[in-house]
Amino acid sequence: MSSASKSGSKVLLAPAIAFLVLLFLYPFAYGLYLSFTKADGGATFANYVRFFKDPWDFRTIWTTLWISLPITFINVGLAIPFAYYMRRGMKGEKTITFFLIVPITLGAVLISEGMLSYMGPRGWLNQFLMAIGLVHHPVRFTHNYLGVVISLGLSGFPYAFLMLLGYVSGINPDLEKASQMLGASKFQTFWKILFPLMVPGVAIAFCLNFVMAFSVFPSAVLLGQPSGPTRVIAIAAYQWAFEKFNFNAASAISMIMAAIELIVITLVLVWRGRMYKGASIVGKG
Amino acid sequence: MKDFKHISVRRMTKRFGDKTALHEFSLAFDKGEFVTFLGPSGCGKSTALNCITGLIPISGGEIFIDDECIDDSRNKVAPEKREFGMVFQNYALFPHLSVFDNVAFGLRLRKHTKKSVKEKVDTALRLVHLEGYGSKFPAQMSGGEQQRVAIARCIVLEPRLLLLDEPLSNLDAKLRVELRYELKALHERLRVTTIYVTHDQTEALALSDRIVVMRAGKIQQVGTPEEVFSDPANLFVADFMGFKNMWKAKIESLSQSPDHLDAVVKTAGGSLRAHLRYPEGDPRRSALVAAQASGKPVVTAIRPEDILLHAQAGMNLLSCTSTLVEYLGQQSQVSACFDASTPEGAADRIDFRSSDRVEEGRGLELGVAPDKLLLFPELDTIASTVEEGSP
Ligand SMILES: Nc1ncnc2c1ncn2[C@@H]1O[C@H](COP(=O)(O)OP(=O)(O)O)[C@@H](O)[C@H]1O
Ligand SMILES: [Mg+2]
Repeated sequence: MSSASKSGSKVLLAPAIAFLVLLFLYPFAYGLYLSFTKADGGATFANYVRFFKDPWDFRTIWTTLWISLPITFINVGLAIPFAYYMRRGMKGEKTITFFLIVPITLGAVLISEGMLSYMGPRGWLNQFLMAIGLVHHPVRFTHNYLGVVISLGLSGFPYAFLMLLGYVSGINPDLEKASQMLGASKFQTFWKILFPLMVPGVAIAFCLNFVMAFSVFPSAVLLGQPSGPTRVIAIAAYQWAFEKFNFNAASAISMIMAAIELIVITLVLVWRGRMYKGASIVGKG
Repeated sequence: MKDFKHISVRRMTKRFGDKTALHEFSLAFDKGEFVTFLGPSGCGKSTALNCITGLIPISGGEIFIDDECIDDSRNKVAPEKREFGMVFQNYALFPHLSVFDNVAFGLRLRKHTKKSVKEKVDTALRLVHLEGYGSKFPAQMSGGEQQRVAIARCIVLEPRLLLLDEPLSNLDAKLRVELRYELKALHERLRVTTIYVTHDQTEALALSDRIVVMRAGKIQQVGTPEEVFSDPANLFVADFMGFKNMWKAKIESLSQSPDHLDAVVKTAGGSLRAHLRYPEGDPRRSALVAAQASGKPVVTAIRPEDILLHAQAGMNLLSCTSTLVEYLGQQSQVSACFDASTPEGAADRIDFRSSDRVEEGRGLELGVAPDKLLLFPELDTIASTVEEGSP
């Protein structure tokens, strides 16, 4: 490549870089700065110390992990077999994909509204469950832990599924045939060939799902008990910022959120590296 | 490995929807034989291979190993239980496993001990000239090396049948020839029963004990390389085996002897004599007799190298005008026509080779011996793929 076209490609990168700086790096740096300052501007660790000392705030970490980790495992864990069975396409695939994309386009608030009416004590789900005699009293699907987790499942599963579907269907189908011809059963082929090749996709899907679930806010408020069992870390940050108007404390909480997400992502990437030692190229034939 | 004597495929048929990709395919393989399926792309070679492995279900027919039926189109032995090995066109190596682990894959599934796995893998890698490559990953290897790994991965399991689907077609010309020699040497050494799929007649001729020529899902001819090369069963096989000079002709006379047939045909270039070794009972013979009776046209077929620039005694003479000369090094490839001034005379193309210089537009008097001129009935007009993929 000539130097002229090299610098040319750098020029083309400029808008993207500007975009990143303006929308991501600047707010992040400003938040970091705020989190280490007092309201009057002096440097301090107090915002962090306060968070860890205040049991009411500190426990939001566990509350949020307790909400986000199980549903992330469920979303990704379900997406793997679904993606596997649909890897060669099937009848009604378009319809299924459509219904999976709908929750993505609706967004958290609309999902929550829908769940409140359909899954509430008088919603059709409970009426149906009672009509077939499965339960005798309405089950509480909303305004509790379960409600938040279900809504995170509805919004997170499609992402995980679509991402993994793209990944598995890109794996050369002859690899499966080769494995089978070498004597492997369907399960052995999945476990020894397809799954290891899916690992990079699984890792990305897990990270994305986890980050979305860990920063859950609207459904934790609308579908959970925001003053108790579903008081997630984002709610704590919100309350400091917009109820107590302490942006420094709120920034510190956001930084802690980011740090936890980073730790989980790092763990996932380490796992990925151990599972997938081979070349990073997926044979496409 | 369970021992066996023959594998026989009986009237195997495969339909995709209402399209018949394979029609009543019947063939028996002896143990140790090297059989090649040869035909243009889309003729059903891969389908035949995949049906034999069980990777795709057959719509009709049966497959036997000696007396054991492994597939009768309703019940089948699963592919992983057939002890067949398959080498794919795109190698299909497991990208996340090292060369050693790729080759060891089948052995480990069969619960071999660590020591036996190591011994067998090392032996197999040595056989394909890849000693010391065990720790590499497929993406770090050239196409030829990858295909060798794929072969090692199969032969390490000592399969009852080894199937290769165009294994050399993704390689460049030089490597293709090299790996072809190695395949041949490997087969001489291991004598593993092999089915080889290719659209390349040279590969088929060089490697095979027997060649199965296919067209549009049907077997056209089964024979040794010599048989298909010099005694093609029909016009399609002739075309695929490099015959040219296919001119429309009318039979003027036929004289029949028990083991041969002498014909005189009228072509745009005049009357030509053909000495055909079509014995009694040969379908080609009866077809020509029928064509004479009904007055239907037949088609000639002559190899370019059998047409001589300088005619000898007893040869058919072809008066023609050269139209195009391509210099190919030792020889020139010359095209000519009988008579450029009439549409019929210009329609038929004469193709031959000459080591002497030939100028374009010159009148020529070529010769062809009667026993080098073959006659065939015209091909039926089923969806034909003659041009596509033929060499
Ligand atoms: N899965 C399939 N579905 C429908 N048609 C198929 C399928 N596989 C192959 N065919 C058709 O069957 C014919 C034979 O294909 P194939 O065996 O792949 O040919 P070859 O290997 O000789 O090139 C082709 O016309 C192809 O289009
Ligand atoms: Mg093919």
